[in-house]
Amino acid sequence: MGWRQARWDEPLVFELDRPGRRGFTPPKPPREVVEAVGPLRIPERVARREPPRLPRLSEVEVVRHYVRLSQMAYGVDNGPVPLGSCTMKYNPKVALKLLSNPKLEYLHPLQDDDTVQGVLEAMYKVQEWLAQILGMDYCSVHPAAGAQGELAGVLVMRRYHELRGKLGFKREVVVPDSAHGTNPASAAMAGFTVVEIPTGEDGNVDMEALRAAVGEATAGLMITNPSTLGLFEERILEVAELVHSVDGLLYYDGANLNGIIGRARPGDMGFDIAHVNLHKTFSVPHGGGGPGSGPVCVRRREVVDGVTLEDLLPGPRIVYDEGEGVYRVVAPGRWSVGMLRAWIANTIPVLWAYIYILSMGPQGLRLAGEVAVANTNYFLKLLEDVMGEYYSLPYSPGRPRKHEAVVSAEPLREKTGVTAEDVAKGLLDRGFYAPTIYFPLIVGEALMIEFTESETLENIEAYARALKEIAREASEDPERAKSRPHNTSVGRVDMVYANHPRTVTPTWRVKRLREEGKLGPLR
Amino acid sequence: MGGPHPWIPNAGGLESLLEKIGVGSVDELYSDIPEKLRMSPGEWDALPIGEGRPLSEVEVARRWERLMERVRSFRSPPPFMGGGVWPRYVPAAVRYIVERAEFLTAYTPYQAEISQGLMQALFEYQSLIAELLEMEVVNASMYDWSSALGEAFLMAVRVTRRRGKVLVPETMNPLHRKVAETYLYGVGVRVEGVKCDRETGLLDLEDLEAKLGNDVAAVYIEYPGYTGVIEENARTVGEAAHKHGALYIMGVEPISMALLEPPGRLGADVAVGEGQPLGLGLNYGGPYLGIFAVRWDGRLVRQMPGRLIGLTRDREGRRAFAMILQTREQHIRRARATSNITTNEALMAVAAAVYLSLLGPEGLRELAETTWYMSHYAAKRLSEIKGIESPLLKGEFIMDFTVRLPEPAREVRRRLRERGLMAGIPLEGHAWFTGRDMLLTVTEVHTREDVDMLVDSLGEVLGGR
Repeated sequence: MGWRQARWDEPLVFELDRPGRRGFTPPKPPREVVEAVGPLRIPERVARREPPRLPRLSEVEVVRHYVRLSQMAYGVDNGPVPLGSCTMKYNPKVALKLLSNPKLEYLHPLQDDDTVQGVLEAMYKVQEWLAQILGMDYCSVHPAAGAQGELAGVLVMRRYHELRGKLGFKREVVVPDSAHGTNPASAAMAGFTVVEIPTGEDGNVDMEALRAAVGEATAGLMITNPSTLGLFEERILEVAELVHSVDGLLYYDGANLNGIIGRARPGDMGFDIAHVNLHKTFSVPHGGGGPGSGPVCVRRREVVDGVTLEDLLPGPRIVYDEGEGVYRVVAPGRWSVGMLRAWIANTIPVLWAYIYILSMGPQGLRLAGEVAVANTNYFLKLLEDVMGEYYSLPYSPGRPRKHEAVVSAEPLREKTGVTAEDVAKGLLDRGFYAPTIYFPLIVGEALMIEFTESETLENIEAYARALKEIAREASEDPERAKSRPHNTSVGRVDMVYANHPRTVTPTWRVKRLREEGKLGPLR
Repeated sequence: MGGPHPWIPNAGGLESLLEKIGVGSVDELYSDIPEKLRMSPGEWDALPIGEGRPLSEVEVARRWERLMERVRSFRSPPPFMGGGVWPRYVPAAVRYIVERAEFLTAYTPYQAEISQGLMQALFEYQSLIAELLEMEVVNASMYDWSSALGEAFLMAVRVTRRRGKVLVPETMNPLHRKVAETYLYGVGVRVEGVKCDRETGLLDLEDLEAKLGNDVAAVYIEYPGYTGVIEENARTVGEAAHKHGALYIMGVEPISMALLEPPGRLGADVAVGEGQPLGLGLNYGGPYLGIFAVRWDGRLVRQMPGRLIGLTRDREGRRAFAMILQTREQHIRRARATSNITTNEALMAVAAAVYLSLLGPEGLRELAETTWYMSHYAAKRLSEIKGIESPLLKGEFIMDFTVRLPEPAREVRRRLRERGLMAGIPLEGHAWFTGRDMLLTVTEVHTREDVDMLVDSLGEVLGGR
């Protein structure tokens, strides 16, 4: 029997509305309180006239509704999620259990430091351990996600050049064309112009193009290593030297850290700034899109007299006062790029990473990286007999991949018209989450696959078989291959209808007002 | 380290896996790393990471218990502290749903067909907030209120093409202001304060008018304000902003929306806010939930940051959900994206959807009313203590309010701590206030006895005044 996902035809919560029902009863104010303060007073001009149109349901119905919805979702606990560059590891349950501690629920972030020493110690240690793992010197767990860690990093770049009086001409950030989209987007948010450089045929950065691009105007370079192709950047030392020679800073995008963890460290490669995604390499669950946590780290490097990169880090940060033996929360100082969110950190994800790293130790982290890399290469081995025929492995097919591999379905499309997207949908039908598709942009019909160390031998083999089956189906019955998925909660989703100015429906309110004739097309 | 590992199924069979790949050792898989950069297992394993060795689950649990012994959680009474996130009760059903593995361990729903339940939950979040705010378009979340505000300002700069400044109330949340300044640092736009009335805490409309001009990208107010005061002139402020071609951004606390006219009816172009009160807990800093909403105007919608889930259909015409208007986002638009955001606070958005579904319109209103009564009871009782001005500002409030104490607020807080109370936020760092001012918060989690205890203790620590 094949795999099938639940299909509930579950109404929207608004459609379950029934007068006279409710799912939660707030406490009422005691009579003496009401008597003491008199009737409720809201200024006339801003008093709400109509209650919000929220649905009315009992707790029973709310729970059933969201349980049914959860059954039409798919996470790592359901099966393999080999999304490339997303590092979808298993999320150890010990962390979930320990973090369910009710003490945390009422901990206000402005509570006195001496009341939260245990939490501060854990977060401080995460800062210290990440510095070791990355080969950097100082970390801040303040950023809420990888993209915010990146923004912090490029703002550090900006402040560095500003303090050195060079911001007037340090206007460009260099980014390889294989980079994650967040890199150029972060650089632009920090006010830089993005200069894209091509990838050479060997999968490394094209050194000639890089030499031509790097100059006086270069503020820095953002790169992930291993690259999104899963290849180690072999000339990274040369790249670092070149960027440093024009007083540019080197930024490490830690999204792909699982490819080298335990074997090499960005700090040793010459990187000045690095961020990591705790929700990737450090097993924090991704929650269907978040929360995450994106600590940012720097090397010890002088900016100007008496100021180092550490002083530029965003915050608040946690420091250890050795004299007093206490941990303290320190607001960002005068040189810092400042605060990126109003509070210290996405604390729960940081604590999750603490539990994970503590459990793994250096040996466990190294083993995780090694098995992840072995899994990638085993998977490629399994595809060898269809390489060239249906699939291909662009850029140095002979080199070992690291955390992920980017397989192209270009040959399959040419032969059968079945695309990477169709392959993805075919995988869904066989009970697997699909790869990241059409990324990186430099690979046609890209299937970007990352099993991580969490996947079993059997699932990797089954996944490889599924890819072959899909190719066979594409050859024999391309229409069927293109009609998938059939076994998921719904069939292929209509993206044109979803995005058309006349039909685009971002909320239930838009649907209602449109039906009442109160909203025109989105212009 | 050889042998089986609970979270690494192939660890025990690594040797045979390598054999199947056709390599002699793991090292070969890293052979393209320049030798100078390669770390030997011996070197790596000696690094001070964790305790230098793997720990069993039993050991980890013990370490954790010891850490938690050094955490003091104020439960009875809960902290009288808000300032942007607030002590609020988290209904058991909310926590139960967000721990569902299918939600908790999922990635961003890139593959629509297998992620319908998650996307429907996020669409419901967007839709519930849309009704609460009466704004048509809500994204599937930002990190928190402050970063949502930073993004709203950047959006205003793009929409108006004005790079001068944005106007904010000088009483605004100082932490939010700092974050906004960080977000605007890259584009070089200034944050300028508009005066507020010393008596009422309301925005000074004359000063606003004087500061408005064709260099202003946005006017922002908080609703209710950091001081707790409800900005009664919210509509007039919006009209002034629009007259000068600036966007009008309102920052909201969602539970107060049960009592207050929503931003959609007050002329707001963008509404941001903090979703933390909607069943998230305080958790010492996060995760929280940035609310981001705009009205139905393509000029705004196409410039908004963040992920949007939309209602559509599948090829058989069945109802379905999909990520929509993605050409705004970084993975497609790269350097020209509206933001770099990708990971957001999706699970917290699901929590907020469950919370709002549980409460419904009546539950939310009752909750807001209880909050109003409890905080007013506290303010009134405090005013009976000689030497305390309570509330300090005469504008109406719902949950937060400021008081002026006869002694430094920090010192008073310290003395209350000795009596087992975590009191309010001293406002010494806020330019608008003095060192004797404190921001207090009372919600439904505080009982009458809690409030009485605060009042009585305050009377005592102020030394028989």
